[in-house]
Amino acid sequence: MVSALHRALFRDLWHLRGQVTAAALVTACGIAAFVTMLSAYRSIERARDAYYADYRFADAFAQLQRAPMALGAALARIPGVTEVDRRIVEDVSLHVPGLLEPATGRLISLPADPSTGLNRLFLREGRWPKPGPSDEIVASETFARADHLAPGSRIGAILNGRWKELRIVGLVLSPEYVYEVAPGMIFPDNRRFGVLWMDREALAGAFGMKGAFNDLALRTATAASLEEVTAAVDRLLEPYGGLRAYGRADQPSNRFLSDELSEIGVHATYVPAIFLGVSAFLIYMLLARLVATERGQIALLKSFGYSNARIGVHFAEFALAIVALGSLGGIALGAYFGAGLVRVYHDYFHFPALPFVLSGSVVAEAALIAFGSALVAASTTVRLAVRLPPAEALRPEPPKTYRRGRWETIGAFRRIGPAGRVALRNIARRPWRATMSVIGIAAAVATVVVGRYAFDAVDELVVTHFQTVQREDAIVNLRSAGGAAAVGALARLPGVLRVEPFRSVPVEIAFAHRRKRTVLLGIPGAGTLHRLVDAQRRPIAVPPAGLVLTRKLAEMLGARPGDRVQIVQLDGKRLRFEEPIVRLSDEPLGVAGYMDFRALSHALRDAGTVSGALLQIDAARREDLFRALERTPRIAGVTIRAAALQTIQEVMDRSFILMTAVMTVFASVLVVGVVYNSARIALSERGNELASLRVLGFQRGEVTFLLLGEQVLLTLVAIPVGLGIGSGLCRLLVPVFDRELFRLPYLLTPRTYAFAALATLASSAVSGLLVAFRIDRLDLIAVLKTRE
Amino acid sequence: MNPSKETTPATPPSAVLVGRDVSKVYRLGDVEVHALRGVSLALQAGEFVVLLGASGSGKSTLLNILGGLDVPSGGEVLYRDHVLTTATDRELTRYRREHVGFVFQFFNLLPSLTALENVELVTEIASNPLPAADVLGRVGLTDRLHHFPAQLSGGEQQRVAIARALAKRPDILLCDEPTGSLDYPTGKIVLEVLERANRELGTLTVVITHNAAIAAMADRVIRISSGEIVDVRHNAARARPEDLSW
Ligand SMILES: Nc1ncnc2c1ncn2[C@@H]1O[C@H](COP(=O)(O)OP(=O)(O)OP(=O)(O)O)[C@@H](O)[C@H]1O
Ligand SMILES: [Mg+2]
Repeated sequence: MVSALHRALFRDLWHLRGQVTAAALVTACGIAAFVTMLSAYRSIERARDAYYADYRFADAFAQLQRAPMALGAALARIPGVTEVDRRIVEDVSLHVPGLLEPATGRLISLPADPSTGLNRLFLREGRWPKPGPSDEIVASETFARADHLAPGSRIGAILNGRWKELRIVGLVLSPEYVYEVAPGMIFPDNRRFGVLWMDREALAGAFGMKGAFNDLALRTATAASLEEVTAAVDRLLEPYGGLRAYGRADQPSNRFLSDELSEIGVHATYVPAIFLGVSAFLIYMLLARLVATERGQIALLKSFGYSNARIGVHFAEFALAIVALGSLGGIALGAYFGAGLVRVYHDYFHFPALPFVLSGSVVAEAALIAFGSALVAASTTVRLAVRLPPAEALRPEPPKTYRRGRWETIGAFRRIGPAGRVALRNIARRPWRATMSVIGIAAAVATVVVGRYAFDAVDELVVTHFQTVQREDAIVNLRSAGGAAAVGALARLPGVLRVEPFRSVPVEIAFAHRRKRTVLLGIPGAGTLHRLVDAQRRPIAVPPAGLVLTRKLAEMLGARPGDRVQIVQLDGKRLRFEEPIVRLSDEPLGVAGYMDFRALSHALRDAGTVSGALLQIDAARREDLFRALERTPRIAGVTIRAAALQTIQEVMDRSFILMTAVMTVFASVLVVGVVYNSARIALSERGNELASLRVLGFQRGEVTFLLLGEQVLLTLVAIPVGLGIGSGLCRLLVPVFDRELFRLPYLLTPRTYAFAALATLASSAVSGLLVAFRIDRLDLIAVLKTRE
Repeated sequence: MNPSKETTPATPPSAVLVGRDVSKVYRLGDVEVHALRGVSLALQAGEFVVLLGASGSGKSTLLNILGGLDVPSGGEVLYRDHVLTTATDRELTRYRREHVGFVFQFFNLLPSLTALENVELVTEIASNPLPAADVLGRVGLTDRLHHFPAQLSGGEQQRVAIARALAKRPDILLCDEPTGSLDYPTGKIVLEVLERANRELGTLTVVITHNAAIAAMADRVIRISSGEIVDVRHNAARARPEDLSW
């Protein structure tokens, strides 16, 4: 049996269906955003935790020059260390069939029994390599699929200067390479970088590493202090050319993954908050209007003896019904988008399986938040209805009083027509409501701006980095630091127009009590292929003496130009020296210290040693050069700029289109929700007024203009406000994206502003038109019979 | 207004508004309400006409049809040489805008505009209006120009509504119970204003009222009952509103 009040509730919901739908849609967007991001977050987190646990992802890592296997016993005795995995890791130049440029492969040793050790592999396809010396390898599935390789495919590699053909027998995934990206890169280029695993004995044979290792992975007890363990490891590895040990937080793949997760976490808070805030506002407006139009009914109910509580519940139920509708839609939509988002992430983060899980707790949290916001929205209006004394409520609503504001004495105001005056006075009469509408529409504008910000910024970052900083066509890394002869040899290769040597040294830079592991790059002072830039992206020269630090690195060290920092060389002779910071540079990708090539050679006392070279290439002879490079011994890897750029662009375009579309749709819902609702309420409040105007001979268009003038005005005010809020939010996001790996600049293009403004105007116009159709249905005669 | 049809020559040349066999039927489910049953009348320029009749007799229905707010179910309505019954919504709107002034029982002013602005609302879209402040002066509201409706008494509001109706120099002034929600002295003031406007501007004025005493100030009194004209009376001399009492 449905009670009379419930029937009234359904009737009201149906009667106000347009506005109820708009408010429910906005709620749905908020809930959908929340469910999408949180469920994607939890799904990825769950897959990661399971993967790391099942495949024994290491807790600490270290690279070193070469140490005897016997050192394992000492490492295992470090307190807190529970398992030690000693490996051989070598970067090699690859020739992949069907690929024009040379690729870089990372060869990792595989224990005789691949189901032992740390960072175990998941075998997706094929089989493990035969133990003992052979040409068999397993390749990362990601790399293999990108290059259309399968078990049975062969690739060429230069192992320790000797050309060798390797046969892929299986495809695998590793918890260490969930995000498989070449060292120093941000975006994966799976065609040109891949990880390969080879039987330990075979790899040791090829690289003269029998009985030795150059890479260490450790598992530690849960209670162990990472700092103490890595300090102990560093002490043991010091004589063996150990670079500093680090934990999972600095492990590149894991780090990308957690950065990405924390980013989703950030978006998962403010995006739903915007939507639910606006939906609360819409529900508030709806209820306030409902209470106003139903004053008589409320009084009647009270005079019949309905309790205040029952009447309060009636209006609260109205709000909850809207939110229930919105939540159901939002959860369904969120599950759909969430699954989509997880699929997108699965393209970048490689797990044996990344199932989308919509957990009950996410659903419950979403529902709780939505209902909470509805109750907040309902509480004030419900109190109004409850407090209304029955006698008072039976009288019609008191006449609307208007005032002439002080602003009306301003000359400009006197010249605006009646439509403008009506709009302005209606706004002035309810400044709070107008403000909320402006905030609601502005939130939509801001949503679009923020949605496009990351892309504007990455675009600028890529342009700056590859046009101003990294201007070479190719980087050639030499296997072990070579001399001037190696550079001379490169210059003689076909198609090479210009060669600039560089020296790259792993170092630790210390200032006061802070220390930071990084790379010190020596580049020629007169070089043009790698340039440093200032905050305005203007090139700056490398000083003949002293050090240039990336601003971010200086910040992390707490050092400023003029300070002297201590530098410890982490390979080779392990020299310690001190250098003054001469100035800071603002390149957007990565962090490093820079010195003049000769000054660095001098400091390291190894004049003539070269780590690699930057090349400028004659595009017409690229193929010849690539073929030659592939067969040049001593080359550890070649990075081609054009290829890197193209990959970044592809990744960007794909996610950009999706993101812009979703954000724009969501923002349009916000605008439609706010504008449609406030126009409908204006129509309900001022319907009589407008009908009178039609009686007086105003055409439909003119009346529409009078009705929507207020909305037009609010939209026009909201757009600049929203652009301001949007750019403010982006400014807040700048620190979120201020990372060691890359720093997004604060930058918004006029195109983004224009797009946000136009999208808002368009959805505002659509909502206005939806309401304008109702003006045709105004009953001109009925209005004359009623007192307003 | 675009002439939609030429009139038939039978119409007397001085008639401004003519209704021929006008009927209006409302259908409410199975029930048919005959609000008007074949009403014919011709209203002359400058005339002051009072429509009398019991509640529900069809007065408002007739007035609304004459004013182009409603369309009859049968018959024909002509404004000078234009046929209103076949006009489009746009044309009817133009007709109201240019030729008709309305005054209603509940004033129907825009609450967000002052007295002056309410009148200007109409003068701004009219082709040959009187200055808004002058018209408000004529109805005795010179010192109320900048008051909002909520700050005016009922009689003052009604006078603003009359000023608004007159400001466009309409050919026809249609008033549906203009004194209906006013007290005796205030009602009288409003009637004086209407009478004076009719006399000075020569506007054809039609006033609906329940109050038979008011009929004395008309040139012609039309009595309606159950949707039909049952009586038409010409007054030899119009009584002055201040001499009326009820
Ligand atoms: N929209 C409508 N739907 C159905 N019937 C209507 C409608 N409008 C008017 N009527 C009916 O038409 C008849 C005439 O109504 P009208 O409003 O013209 O009367 P009236 O003479 O103006 O009465 P009053 O003096 O009370 O204003 C009445 O019986 C009324 O019930
Ligand atoms: Mg009536």
